[in-house]
Amino acid sequence: MNARRVQVLQVGDTLIASIQTSLDDLDLGRFAEELLQRLGGRGLRHVVIDLGGLDVVDSYAVRVLRQLSTAARLRGARTLVAGIRPPLALALVQLGLALEVETALDLDDALEQLGATG
Amino acid sequence: MDRVIAVRTAPDVIEARREGRSLAEALGFGETDRAVIATAISELARNIVQYAGSGEIVLEDIAGPKTGLRIRANDHGPGIEDLKLAMRDGWSSGGGLGMGLPGTRRLMDDFEIESAPGAGTRITVTRWLR
Repeated sequence: MNARRVQVLQVGDTLIASIQTSLDDLDLGRFAEELLQRLGGRGLRHVVIDLGGLDVVDSYAVRVLRQLSTAARLRGARTLVAGIRPPLALALVQLGLALEVETALDLDDALEQLGATG
Repeated sequence: MDRVIAVRTAPDVIEARREGRSLAEALGFGETDRAVIATAISELARNIVQYAGSGEIVLEDIAGPKTGLRIRANDHGPGIEDLKLAMRDGWSSGGGLGMGLPGTRRLMDDFEIESAPGAGTRITVTRWLR
């Protein structure tokens, strides 16, 4: 997968995954796989998933995010989803599907919520 | 003129979304409507990939007293066994998210579906410019 499309980095006990562009289902699936593997590491308390670059947040994306959040919770980590742009947020509301994962406005807001030092 | 996007693999879904967004923008739809249209296309195109193997998304611009964007999702897949079940909103039941048809219907203004086992599926949805 093109490294420029997704960036995953760990800063202290926080995993920050940033999606830069539209991902198809296969790439989204691989992205989730990679995050799940990283959850196996020690000392991870927070996961921030920044969706800023996604063109669409649909039922598949919601499913993936819910699964990641559940898996993270089982590993004792809290997940925040950030960066759902307003048109996508409104479309998601119209779709009638609840994200069921904590959200933040953007990466800064997410890190603030987590009390992580910037 | 209709734009036809052949749908068979995951990248085709992205292609269909992009074409949909671009047509929506050309028709004068605002940002939210474009996101709504792209999301509906995503749900419909994914179903083709997952359940039918291959099919097409047809995008049509409607001019006239009302301006609109019509999306047809056609496939020659196995067809839907139980249409009522597929249209029932099971998203709150916590299980799989199914085919997302009720959600797609909520996104669009008009929704029509034709499907039967062995006869493929044809879904037509329209979003009108307000």
